[in-house]
Amino acid sequence: MAVAGLIFSNIHNSSVPELTSVRTIASIPFGCRYRLIDFPLSAMVNSGVTKIGVIAHNNYQSLMDHIGTGKDWDLARRSGGIRILPPYITAYNSANGGKLYTTRLEALMGVTNFIARCTEDHVVLSDCDSVCSVNLRDVISAHEKSGADVTVITRTVRKDDVLPSEDATVVECDVNGRVIKFAGCTNNFDEAEISTNIVVAKRTFLLDIINDAASHGYTKFYLEALANRLEHARINAYHFDGVFLQIGSLVSYYKASMQLLTSDVRNELFNAPEKMVYTKLRNSSPTVYQSGSTVKNSLVADGCCIEGTVENSIIFRGVHVSRGAVVKNSILLQDTYVGTDTALNCVITDKNVVIRDGRNLSGHESVPFFLSKGSMI
Amino acid sequence: MFKKKECVAMLLAGGQGSRLYALTEKTAKPAVSFGGKYRIIDFPLSNCINSGVDTVGVLTQYQPLVLNDYIGNGLPWDLDRAQGGVKILPPYQGKNGADWYKGTANAIYQNLQFIYNYDPDYVLILSGDHIYKMDYDKMLKAHKDKGADCTIAVIDVPIEEASRFGIMSVDSEDRIFKFAEKPKNPDSTKASMGIYIFSKECLAKYLIQDAEDENSSNDFGKNIIPAMLANGEGLYAYSFSGYWKDVGTIDSLWEANMDLLGAHPTLNLADESWRIYSRHTANAPQYVGENAVIDNSSITEGCEIYGTVRNSVLGTGVKVLAGAVVEDSVIFDNVIIGENAKVSYSIIDSDVTVGASATVGKSRTDAKGITVIGTGIDVPVGTELADAKMIYNAKDLKEA
Repeated sequence: MAVAGLIFSNIHNSSVPELTSVRTIASIPFGCRYRLIDFPLSAMVNSGVTKIGVIAHNNYQSLMDHIGTGKDWDLARRSGGIRILPPYITAYNSANGGKLYTTRLEALMGVTNFIARCTEDHVVLSDCDSVCSVNLRDVISAHEKSGADVTVITRTVRKDDVLPSEDATVVECDVNGRVIKFAGCTNNFDEAEISTNIVVAKRTFLLDIINDAASHGYTKFYLEALANRLEHARINAYHFDGVFLQIGSLVSYYKASMQLLTSDVRNELFNAPEKMVYTKLRNSSPTVYQSGSTVKNSLVADGCCIEGTVENSIIFRGVHVSRGAVVKNSILLQDTYVGTDTALNCVITDKNVVIRDGRNLSGHESVPFFLSKGSMI
Repeated sequence: MFKKKECVAMLLAGGQGSRLYALTEKTAKPAVSFGGKYRIIDFPLSNCINSGVDTVGVLTQYQPLVLNDYIGNGLPWDLDRAQGGVKILPPYQGKNGADWYKGTANAIYQNLQFIYNYDPDYVLILSGDHIYKMDYDKMLKAHKDKGADCTIAVIDVPIEEASRFGIMSVDSEDRIFKFAEKPKNPDSTKASMGIYIFSKECLAKYLIQDAEDENSSNDFGKNIIPAMLANGEGLYAYSFSGYWKDVGTIDSLWEANMDLLGAHPTLNLADESWRIYSRHTANAPQYVGENAVIDNSSITEGCEIYGTVRNSVLGTGVKVLAGAVVEDSVIFDNVIIGENAKVSYSIIDSDVTVGASATVGKSRTDAKGITVIGTGIDVPVGTELADAKMIYNAKDLKEA
């Protein structure tokens, strides 16, 4: 059965302020050559979802630039394809007084038209603050088979795990996987089942709860709109225990990036059949490792020139590591230039950062040293 | 409705490239891999779009499947256009019967209608055999300035190598007065690069004449150019200086790949002012393992390196497992080099698996020549493959 997709590009923007001051969370660069939105987008495309709306809020220039026509995801289509859904505000007449949405439910209210005009039976919703290897095809078929109105993908979190920064929702189920309770998340638990915020819903049901919410003034998706329907509708949970990297802060961004250096995570995210991750192409030339370079346990994109030493690091496209430089435990975003005889440890550089010769910068795993876009040090 | 174009390019991509042996068993030469993530045809196609030529007919004949698939709609080169763009032109059946392309001139002759559709003033003839970066627009300007009927791009070659090329003798105005195909005693060092700009009317006239001549071998170098010279048409040489390499042989293909390496490579693909575009596949970034050693090499997306790579160019998705050594080699896409295997001075085509502890080729200093393994071959565990071997299929492996 046909399924449409909806991606929230701004929810959780505030969780990584360092990286979202100039972009949406969806367009945060991740994993050498990707942006976070590439993961939910590719998961949808790989599962046969070819009509996708991307709900945007603010700061979405970099997102539009990244998505382009959608060709790189095979989403430039006559029918369907990808559409960016910017906020629709009129100065005179707006349900919420011309304000931008602040919650998931309000964001959905803003795109009621898109949902209403779809002809697909189901809609899959996803955020952009995580990197997840779930096979949506399996989820969609489980959803259809069960005849559920809504299927919420959940995962188990333990004490000290990274939680989504806003609206982490604890999901309680009965033995049949039917949700019996949604609750807000307190930090007081040893183990809890929370929503991944990846949800498959019957389109008509989704429209129904959105309209209902609008007339009752609800603002919370789980705790109000869904919770009120628990009794009469069938809301299921789908437990997922594969790779799920939650990005809720700069530290968790750092940790999630470093997870890519483990082969299990890489294999599950990139190397499984039907799990290609698509991204905007940049036409970089291959990376050249010069004589005298040393690279160990690192993930490197194309278009780089490595003359120095790189260890346990994530190197994005077009990065230059000069002779005598030692880069360790660091994440260098696109077109970072590292001068000669520099030493970097636990550093995150945003795009186009220049580190001049002889600099010695160090952060710590718990507080990575961050250099903002275009800065020179 | 077709929109008029000033210049249409015709890219001859039908050649078999028989001197590349196993590498062109299943693909046409222009589709042979180069430089990790490129194919030979990326160079003329990228040159076209960078020079403002946005209408390119690609003439295919020999093993076109890979090439057709690779070119697709032309999007990677920005050649998916509503007007013009890249078009594949295979041989076809006409009213008077079907014909293969009998020669370079015949291939263009059979597609004159494609050229007429765009009503161009000039026709650029290219081949898919060379690695170079060239601004055709400058050449077109020279063609117009001279008021030429035909302009031939030439490059200076050492006099001792001149007898391998088509050699032009020119006067002080760069007007060609003599053309000799592979002369024994060359009297010039200006070698034809196989790049021609013709004024359309003149090209059509000579192609039609040539087609009527049953004794002609329908070749630009052998027939068209000599005929034009004999008739006193205005043929001019356009001198090109820069990187240009015919990669028609195993040795030259290997050398051109090596030209990408070093601190100051003779062929720089990272130069953003003249990009070479290619069709990408969605591969993960390259991973370099804890014990990997990489020295003076070019590595691209999808590769996983756990062993040692020296002075080599690796294609997408190549895996070099622990203890394996790859040196002085060119490895095409999706090759797996097994644990403790050793690959020296070789070219390995795509989808080959080199079994654990196998040895392929000899070190460059001792080897008689380059070892080549054709696409899709499994080299069994522990195999020892001597230097200068050409492996087309599994049978050759047993004999070797």
